[in-house]
Formats: sequence, structure tokens, C-alpha cells
Amino acid sequence: MQSTVVRIEHLVKRFGDVQALDDCNAEVLQGEIFGFIGPDGAGKTTLFRILTTLLTPDEGRAEVLGLDVVDDYRRIRPQLGYMPGRFSLYHDLSVEENLTFFAGIFDADVQQNYELIRDLYEQLAPFKDRRAGKLSGGMKQKLALCCALIHKPQLLVLDEPTTGVDAVSRREFWDMLGRLREHGISIVVSTPYMDEARRCDRIALIQDGRILSTDSPQALSRSYRRPLLSVRVKQSFAALRALREFKHAHSVYSFGDALHYSDARTTLTGKDISELRDYLSGRSIEVEELHPIEPTIEDSFMELSTERNDG
Amino acid sequence: MRAFAGFVRKEFRHIIRDPRTLLILFGMPVIQLVLFGFAISTELRTSNLAVLDMSRDEVSGAILDRMRDSEYFNIVEDVGSEEDINAAMQAGRVKLGLIFGPGFAGRFSSGDGAALRIVTDAADPNTARLLQSYAAAIVRQFQREQLNAPETPGMRIRTALLFNPLLQSVYMFVPGLIVVVLMLVSALMTSIAITREKEMGTMEVLLVSPLRPFQIILGKVLPYLLLSCLIAALILVLSQTVFALPFNGSMLLFWVECLLFIFTSLALGIFISTVARTQQVAMMVSLAGLLMPTILLSGFIFPIENMPLPLQVIANIIPARWFLEILKGVMIKGLGIQQLWTQTAVIVFMLLLFTGLSIRKFNIRLQ
Repeated sequence: MQSTVVRIEHLVKRFGDVQALDDCNAEVLQGEIFGFIGPDGAGKTTLFRILTTLLTPDEGRAEVLGLDVVDDYRRIRPQLGYMPGRFSLYHDLSVEENLTFFAGIFDADVQQNYELIRDLYEQLAPFKDRRAGKLSGGMKQKLALCCALIHKPQLLVLDEPTTGVDAVSRREFWDMLGRLREHGISIVVSTPYMDEARRCDRIALIQDGRILSTDSPQALSRSYRRPLLSVRVKQSFAALRALREFKHAHSVYSFGDALHYSDARTTLTGKDISELRDYLSGRSIEVEELHPIEPTIEDSFMELSTERNDG
Repeated sequence: MRAFAGFVRKEFRHIIRDPRTLLILFGMPVIQLVLFGFAISTELRTSNLAVLDMSRDEVSGAILDRMRDSEYFNIVEDVGSEEDINAAMQAGRVKLGLIFGPGFAGRFSSGDGAALRIVTDAADPNTARLLQSYAAAIVRQFQREQLNAPETPGMRIRTALLFNPLLQSVYMFVPGLIVVVLMLVSALMTSIAITREKEMGTMEVLLVSPLRPFQIILGKVLPYLLLSCLIAALILVLSQTVFALPFNGSMLLFWVECLLFIFTSLALGIFISTVARTQQVAMMVSLAGLLMPTILLSGFIFPIENMPLPLQVIANIIPARWFLEILKGVMIKGLGIQQLWTQTAVIVFMLLLFTGLSIRKFNIRLQ
């Protein structure tokens, strides 16, 4: 039986008139990578600041490592590894000085916990005398993670750790998180990138301060039940309008350079697909590609967020 | 404790890694001291003088000799009419004219009211007033010496300028400069250093760390405390070596009072940083809210007694006003704590007030 490292219940946070968090509920289990996935402004940072005891909730309660974030903040703080949205490093200090400093304020020893950060730090070692401000985005991110890990925290809280970082570094970063999980460190991470959701054990989709759904990425994609078609055309905008006016249309939105069309019917036959193709041609839209696809998390997210807005 | 030591070490690195700020911190007091000491002087240098002597007797001659002997005047023209003096002044050749009326010696000895007029170019009123009083002082001195001739030993009136016999402006500026620079380093630099952590997002991690808030604050201000002391010492040494400013009071008292003022300024800096969110705001508040009143209202440049009443009231709530009095008292007049305890008490009160406010405002969280 896995124990719970984070539990939030009916969490509400307001900033003046802005409702940053609205009745949020979630649970993170020991040893898992839990992702909060949602667009900018969804409330991810506010939630993380409550979890790291930097903000207090207006309503509801949050428990981290079995301790209350308001009453027991002092006991929670030393057990946390926190990486804020903008990698919080001292730009005028060198790589090594940053690491020693953060180890120092957490009363940790770099040598003692070196094992944990070995993979990361070996990539940084050639630049250890370079000022942190002169590092690339990916390097800064690695250094910030090293600094957050150096006191061997129980729980790692990473707020958008891959924003502003190149694709290769992003992949390496997620590989690293996988290895940290094997060390028994639980990880709570937020990201606006849907493609990173697959790398989490479980995810919560969050929008406008509400948690839409919580599940494993696979289950969330599977929860999407409607037939889905990918449509590739030249005149995207005209096609988008035409598809939305189609009598069986459930939803249509652009997805990268294609359109995702979901049908209101439960299944689609080959005849139905031909009918749609003819419909578009009738509207003098040249169809390059039109075929059924498996839903992704982003499709689920779109579905869940429109459901909520309509309801 | 080890965590705290690491924090202080980091803070020193920030300061050392920023050579521009460091240069300003140490360069500014030196430049200001030299500027105030040499260039922007309120003392008189030798001024040109025109004479219209209608008597040309031994008394007017003796007075002119005195003028010539003083280091302030240089007789450049001997003219025949008042119009000539006017013309010389208009052309800017002289700043001062002396007009001896006819029969000067006779009237002087008979006590009949010998007429001597001193005219000055009041286009520059401050200089004119100074020249007038200097010239009048020389004449009066001469007069006294003549009237109390050796054969009738009686009362001799002598004027003396206490504490600053040469009326040197350095006496004014050194204590003032110490006040301004300490305020600048302690309050401005501290508030900027703390808000920088907020702006960079590092404050979030510091708060989450086991470091207690007072350790964070103490670690941030300690380097600036040392820096402030170092700069105060630098000004003091410079003022004594370059300007030969005497130090009449107790060195111990000087440093105790300095520390007191530095602590007060640091508390102000911390207070500003709890209110300001960005370095920019912290800088604006420090400059407009602290530095400007310190320079203008502390009595550093304008005497407080001459200010309109509302400004005098405002001046009273500026810590620098009290500290300046203390510094002048200790350095120039050689006063002890017995004479300065009122001012000291005011500063202690302000220190406690600002420290209390900062503690109340400083948050263990972000909000």
C-alpha cells in the first residue's frame, strides 16, 4: 500500500477578484511522478506555492508528507526540494558556488548526496567555474535541479521545469526524473506541454483553477470515447467553419497543422467518412488527408474543458 | 550556523562580483569629499577691490594697508570718482569698493564720525554679504586697536570663531558626508539587495530552506554593515590626512554612534524591501524617501533654524538630522555623551521603531 505524500482537499485561493484555485482536490502517492497539466494561468504556480508553504489557502486544506501546510510549515520545508518557475539561481555565482550555497542553507553536504545528482552534475562539471547567468537554458535547468536535490528531499516540487528549454534537454530532464523516482523521491511537476504528460505516472488536468480530471495518462486518453478524425486541408480556416457546421459534428479544433474532428455519433463507418469527405469537397475544400486517429491527452483536455465551459 | 556562514559568504561574493557598485560605493565618498573640500567652497578666496580715497591721510592709508595684508583682498584700482567704482564693478574687475570720505583722519581721531563706505557687487548676494562682513571686520579691528592705544590699557574686544576658527567648509561637509554615505550604503544597498532576491525568485527557495527569516535578513545586512564601517573609516582618515580636520571628541563614542545610525539605516532598508517588490521601486523609494530628505533637511546643506516651521517639523523625523548633530558634536566640539544623550535617545527610538516595523512586515511566506 503506497502512502500519500500530498493530499489537497477543496482548496480555494483568491487574489482579489481573481479566483486562482477553485475547489481543487488531488492526491499524490509515495514514489510517483505526478503531473499538473494545464495552460499558463491555470493556477499551477499558485497550487505549488501552497504546497511549498509559501502561500496559505483561503479555504480547504493541503497536507504535504502528512503535515499541514499552514500549521506545520516549518517541519515541511526542510524535506522539500523546490524549483520555482524561473530557475532560481544566483547568476553572479558560479555553477559550483550555487550548488555549495544551496547545499549549505539546507545543512547538506555535497559529497554525501553526490550519488543523487551524479548524472546531472557530470554534465555540468566542465562548466563548474562558469557563472550561472552564462549557462544555456538547459544547463540552468540541470543546475537548478541539482540545487533542489542536494539535500535529498522527500518530495520534489518542480514548477514548469521545462519551460524555455530545448527539446533534447527536455527529454534528458524527464529521463532524469524517472531515475529519481527509483531513488524513492516523489515528484510533483507542472507543465503546459501535453506531450510531457505521458512521462508522468498520473496527471491532473487543470484549467482556470479547477482540476478537470485526475488519472494515468493512458486512462485519460482512453476516457475519450468519441470517434476522432484527423483532417489535413489547405484552407484550414474555411474547413474549420465548414466542419463545425456539419450536421454530425461534435467538436472541431486545430491541432498543430491538422484539424481534429470528433463526431457526435458513437461509431463511424467507412461510408460516414466518405460522406464527410464529399461534404468538404462540396464546399470546394481540397482534402489532403482524412483518417481516424487514436485520441491523445490533449484531445481529452479539450473535451473536458469544453464540457465544463458549456455546462 | 554553518548555513548562516555560507549565506554571508554568498552575500560578500555578490558585492565583490559587482565591481561597478563597489567602485561607486568607495569612489563616491572620496570624490564628494574632494569636491566639497576644495571646489565647492563657501570660503572667500582673494577678491579684487577698488578704492576711492578722498582723504589720502595716515588713517585711510593704514586701513588700506590692513586690507592689503589680509589674504582676502587685493587692491587693484585706485580711482577718482564713484562712477569709476561702478564701472569697474560692471566690468567685473572688482567685487568691492571702499570709499573714504574727506578729512578721514581728523574725524576719526575726534570721534566726529569718519565716513567710510563699503560697496559690494550684490549680483552674487552670498559673496557680497561675506565680503562686506570681512571688510567691516578688518576696519572694526583697526578701529579697536586705535581706540585702545597702549597708553590707555583698558578693555580689549576680540572676536573669535569658536571650533572652526578659519570657517572652513570641510568642518561642515565631513560629518554631513558621513551621514549621507552611511544612509546610502546601509539603506539603499540593503533594500536593493533584498528585493533582488525577490525579483530573481531566489527568495522563494530561501524561504523554503531551513534558514529562519532573521538569519536571511541578518545574512543580507551583515556585509553592508561592514562596508558602511569601512567607508566611514575611509572618510575619517581622508578628512584628517588631506584636510587636517581635528578630531576633538571620543573615538569610541564616534563609532558607537556610527553603529547606531548604521543599524537604524539598515532597519530602514529592510523596511523598504518588505514594501517594495522590485529593485527599481526599492531604489526610487530609497532615493526620494531617504536620500533627498537626508541631504536637504538634515542640516547638512541648509541650517534647520532657517527653515519654515513645517519643514523644521519634518526635519525632526529624519534620523540623519539627529545623527548629524551628534557627529558635529563629537568630531568638532568634542562633546561627550552627557551633552548628546537626547539626540542619541531619538536615534535609539527610531532604530527600535523601524526594526519593529520590519519584523512585523517581513513575511515567512510570499504574501
